[in-house]
Amino acid sequence: MIWNETKECMSREQMHDLQSKRLVKLVDYVYHNVEFYRRKMQAIDLMPGDIKSIDDITKLPFTTKDDLRDNYPFGLFAVPNSEIVRIHASSGTTGKATVVGYTRKDLDIWAECVARCLTMAGVAKDDIIQIAYGYGLFTGGLGAHGGAEKIGATVVPMSTGNSKKLTTMMVDFGATAIACTPSYLLHISEVLAAEGLTDQIKLKAAICGAEPWTEKMRHEIEQRLRIKAYDIYGLSEVMGPGVACDCAFHKGLHVCEDHFYPEVLNTKTLLPVADGETGELAFTTLTKEGIPLIRYRTKDLTSIDHSTCDCGRTSARISRFKGRVDDMLIIRGVNVFPSQIEAALIEVEEVTPHYMMIVDRVNNLDTLEVQVEVDPKYYTDEVRAIEALTKKIAHVIQQALGISAKVKIVEPQTLIRSEGKAVHVIDNRKLY
Amino acid sequence: MFAKQLTVFIENRTGRLSEVLGVLKENNVNILSLSLADTTEFGLLRLIVDNAALGKEKLTENGYSSLLSDVSIIAISHEVGNLQSLLKIIDRAGINIEYMYGLSIQATEAYIVLKASDSEKIDALLEENGVKTLTCEDLAKM
Ligand SMILES: [Zn+2]
Repeated sequence: MIWNETKECMSREQMHDLQSKRLVKLVDYVYHNVEFYRRKMQAIDLMPGDIKSIDDITKLPFTTKDDLRDNYPFGLFAVPNSEIVRIHASSGTTGKATVVGYTRKDLDIWAECVARCLTMAGVAKDDIIQIAYGYGLFTGGLGAHGGAEKIGATVVPMSTGNSKKLTTMMVDFGATAIACTPSYLLHISEVLAAEGLTDQIKLKAAICGAEPWTEKMRHEIEQRLRIKAYDIYGLSEVMGPGVACDCAFHKGLHVCEDHFYPEVLNTKTLLPVADGETGELAFTTLTKEGIPLIRYRTKDLTSIDHSTCDCGRTSARISRFKGRVDDMLIIRGVNVFPSQIEAALIEVEEVTPHYMMIVDRVNNLDTLEVQVEVDPKYYTDEVRAIEALTKKIAHVIQQALGISAKVKIVEPQTLIRSEGKAVHVIDNRKLY
Repeated sequence: MFAKQLTVFIENRTGRLSEVLGVLKENNVNILSLSLADTTEFGLLRLIVDNAALGKEKLTENGYSSLLSDVSIIAISHEVGNLQSLLKIIDRAGINIEYMYGLSIQATEAYIVLKASDSEKIDALLEENGVKTLTCEDLAKM
């Protein structure tokens, strides 16, 4: 099913025209309503009239999370507070929160985008969906909620923090869909298994997002719960969940391109890369009124594909994220992404998918310790068996990362099961 | 005849061993004997208790990874060379001993816990050779 065939399946020429028209209007709008953009444009001698089509977007300056922080809290808003009906905020990486504001029209468009994503995941009005993202300043809960209501599904606003209540209601209500982070869903699957409830759930689909995850993790979730899992993407600066979502073919996430123009940029030159090449993702919010963003750098690494998808949608697809520009660790000179460890560990059936990387520097040498938990099926009374398993995991990690790691098996349930963004790295090196 | 041994995986952290023993004590699980196999990173605490199933249940509830496995508890009379003759028999049968530890010493015999690579085979072998084996219940009654 496709929620909005006109927009999701329009020809590339039509999309180009629509995006061009909207960009021209947007640039004029921000120039006249946001001092920050006006100054930035004046600084490089750019006038709104210089932007004639979407192809001129590269003439525009970038916006970063630092710009939002520097203009905290409402400095980048394009409308007075009388027009803002909602505020959300995300934790800033350093210091103050990143604050965004929505007009009524912004909320409508947000719900429209989430509706497209949910429809992509096969969720419809006869479904019962548990929203297990946090409700509050975080965009996850209320964002998914708005879209689920728009399609007319029965919405159960669980929020996070009570896994027991969630699993009980999942069974009792016969919930058919859930929206939450993938690591939380893995945790839920453990709770269900521990309570012997896995066979009693009616769940069909999970819409997971808010943190990076791998294909392997998706398969793990699908197998454990016997459901289909979909990847939804978004960030509060741009809107929240619903900027992009993957369809049943899982060949990248369809971007709601009529509202969010995606660019993938070479990380050194910041020039757009060709389809299929990895770079940093940037978005321009083509229709946003509250806090429109021009070429906002997400720091997410992806590649883009503009070809028509097997599902019939023509919207551009971004690949599953390959890491974040600022999440990358350099260990002994080798670039390491936590997602690589995650993918490596899922191949080792003796361990659970939870892990913790501890990076340190001893005698000027970087060390990496990876802590894992053994799956209860593989508990043993033999020291030799544990040592052999440790060796096996170390080998798998060495293969995946190209560097050696010390593997430490820890007691069950000691590694963090996040109910928000999963924290998998402790870097004691204090390099920044 | 097998006995159920309760094994607990313990990270090498201060106080961890006493916490495990505390859980057993709280639930009236009586420890008949124990052995700790330790490495720099972790330890495996092997216990012979009067109620291994209850012990495992309570340890799992408290977040420990514990396991029940079949071991042989053998009685050896106090004569020089008895244990060695038995080991020779086991060896000749092609069975590996994974580990063993002494359990207790009585007036006429000593009790030893033995885990073999093949528990079915060792059981048959011990019976064939007239070696006396005990269960946890037997021990508890002593
Ligand atoms: Zn598709």
